[in-house]
Amino acid sequence: MAGSTLTLGKALNEGLRKALEDDPKVLIMGEDVGRLGGVFRVTDGLQKDFGEDRVIDTPLAESGIVGTAVGLAIRGFRPVCEIQFDGFVFPAFDQIVSQVAKMHYRSAGNVKLPITIRIPFGGGIGAVEHHSESPESYFCHTPGLKVVSCSNPVDAYWMIQQAIASDDPIVFFEPKRRYWDKAEVDPSAGAPRSLWDAEVVRAGSEVTLLTYGPSVKVCLEAAAAAETEGRDIEVVDLRSLSPIDWKTVIASVRKTQHAIVVSEAPVYASLASEIAARISEKCFYELESPVLRVCGFSTPYPTSRIEEDYLPDLDRILDAVDRSLAF
Amino acid sequence: MAVQSVQPSEGPELVQLLTPEGERVEHPDYSIDLTEDEYRELYRDLVLVRRIDTEATALQRQGELGLWASLLGQEAAQVGAGRALTGGDFAFPTYREHGVAYCKGVDPVTLLGLFRGVNQGGWNPHDKGFQLYTIVIGSQTLHATGYAMGLQRDGADGAVMAFFGDGASSQGDVNEAFVWSSVFQAPVVFFCQNNQWAISEPLERQSRIPLYERAKGFGFPGVRVDGNDVLAVLAVSRAALERAREGSGPTLVEAYTYRMGPHTTSDDPTRYRLAAELETWKLKDPIERMKAYLSRTGMADHDYFAEVDTAADELAAHIRAGCLALDDPDPITLFDNVYAGGSTLLDEEREQLAAYLGSFEGAH
Ligand SMILES: Cc1ncc(C[n+]2csc(CCOP(=O)(O)OP(=O)(O)O)c2C)c(N)n1
Ligand SMILES: [Mg+2]
Repeated sequence: MAGSTLTLGKALNEGLRKALEDDPKVLIMGEDVGRLGGVFRVTDGLQKDFGEDRVIDTPLAESGIVGTAVGLAIRGFRPVCEIQFDGFVFPAFDQIVSQVAKMHYRSAGNVKLPITIRIPFGGGIGAVEHHSESPESYFCHTPGLKVVSCSNPVDAYWMIQQAIASDDPIVFFEPKRRYWDKAEVDPSAGAPRSLWDAEVVRAGSEVTLLTYGPSVKVCLEAAAAAETEGRDIEVVDLRSLSPIDWKTVIASVRKTQHAIVVSEAPVYASLASEIAARISEKCFYELESPVLRVCGFSTPYPTSRIEEDYLPDLDRILDAVDRSLAF
Repeated sequence: MAVQSVQPSEGPELVQLLTPEGERVEHPDYSIDLTEDEYRELYRDLVLVRRIDTEATALQRQGELGLWASLLGQEAAQVGAGRALTGGDFAFPTYREHGVAYCKGVDPVTLLGLFRGVNQGGWNPHDKGFQLYTIVIGSQTLHATGYAMGLQRDGADGAVMAFFGDGASSQGDVNEAFVWSSVFQAPVVFFCQNNQWAISEPLERQSRIPLYERAKGFGFPGVRVDGNDVLAVLAVSRAALERAREGSGPTLVEAYTYRMGPHTTSDDPTRYRLAAELETWKLKDPIERMKAYLSRTGMADHDYFAEVDTAADELAAHIRAGCLALDDPDPITLFDNVYAGGSTLLDEEREQLAAYLGSFEGAH
């Protein structure tokens, strides 16, 4: 099959379709994922083609979605659960952190839970409360879970298939404000890299921006803007948030000697904090300045009319670049 | 694995006092006897509540609101429940209870901040006995139960009404609220507006028995009322609230109705339901039947209806002006009210943002 131009949402849809075709044990379950095709249309057409037994409109209960996925997985299925929005994962939090995350450990490796939990996350779409959150740190903080996030259509297509094929439970964060971004996706090309690899999406020599999901695009724009002022910025898309590809991260920071972590999540005790701490440990002698974090503030996600002031944007990133280099 | 509907759309178990044609009928267990003024007032409420909704929908289309959750078709359910509530009663709404808010005396403009994106509700629930809107499905049913347990412990007179939808009936929180309220005989009425849909999922995806029958298993009575019949909803709600107030515990009221519009302004219902369904429900319109009743009995005439329409126009103008006057907040306020006791962490972040924003001043 030749490549075609797909939105990130459509790339996920094609990836899910491929996963359903490749493995009869793959199931999709969630609220409104069937007839409607999901509120973002990520599962559009899948129920029609694979039937109601494999693409399941569930009752309205997130704990039920994840809890029954556990049972289905014990029985040998590979459930792909959709949580409709980031803020609605919490009714399932207990099932995810106490059951999904620990089953393999508790069973001495006898029970595998190849469950993928898809969560559209992040802000910037002008939504009402509970629809713009970035809860990834909770899941990264939970041993037993792997956490990944795609930032572009090509990764969306491949990463969702790799996540479904993984024998570990994976929380898969989808950057909802990038669902409509387009790129050329070529299914015949083969996955460009492992699910666990970070990617240097822009090479540079002076500062490393470490980021993921919706913020990758913002960082690339910031790097492009900085270039006009003669600054040479490297951007690393982490892709996997737990575990992190430290090799790529550390190689980049050793090269540039300046690191800034960019994420929409509230900064306090966040994934960005873990990254900053690790870099300080591993690159202490190479660093020319402290690792900075450009993140959401430590408040609830604010009301949409001021969300632009909350989200890391070009100006805040460039301000941090200046501070890092001026140190 | 097709799921079959086991729910008759109407049947002997449906409490109805006013038929879709506007004829008064009697029910063995529930009755209502209002003054002519009161009947007219209910009609007026229905019309005004619908007008709040149409004006807000228009404001959303014009870009003044980011989102709106329409109650179109559910006016009688909300006015019937809302008018059954008295001063000491407390309501715990979802995001669609604009009609209940109106009955509780909440200015509709107050509701718009959340949908415009200038605040997250922000009203004081104690002012009118109307809690903040709750978007996370089902959570508020537990809050309502806890509030009712508080009333009980204070020896207070009031009761509580918890609003939720047919979809919400599947949530763990709602089922826990049923258990709690039953065990503690809490003075709470669970008012479920079964509008047949949870976004794209039909009722059969949530239950194989009529929702009101669920109550039995939890140990309290359930009743299904014609949710498009304001008289029946008022009668059933009053009885349930009375039962709660006198210490006999919770009741589940299932108001059988229909969401005539999209789930919200972001939704496209043509993707999952047939237009014919809407046409059937239009024949059961809650306002038309009340109007027919008032006309038939001579309780109201053309002049009265015209007067109500004028009042609706005035309310719409008030809502529009109020909405446009809702300004964007100052970004620095995003740190306000995160904590009651303040936080040194946020003090620091606030200062950082202020300094950062200040660095742009003069740059322009
Ligand atoms: C915990 C949670 N999960 C999912 C959602 C997304 N969502 C918003 S409304 C809705 C359907 C609610 O249906 P119902 O309870 O019948 O109420 P209605 O909207 O019909 O009034 C869903 C799934 C949510 N708000 N909260
Ligand atoms: Mg509903």
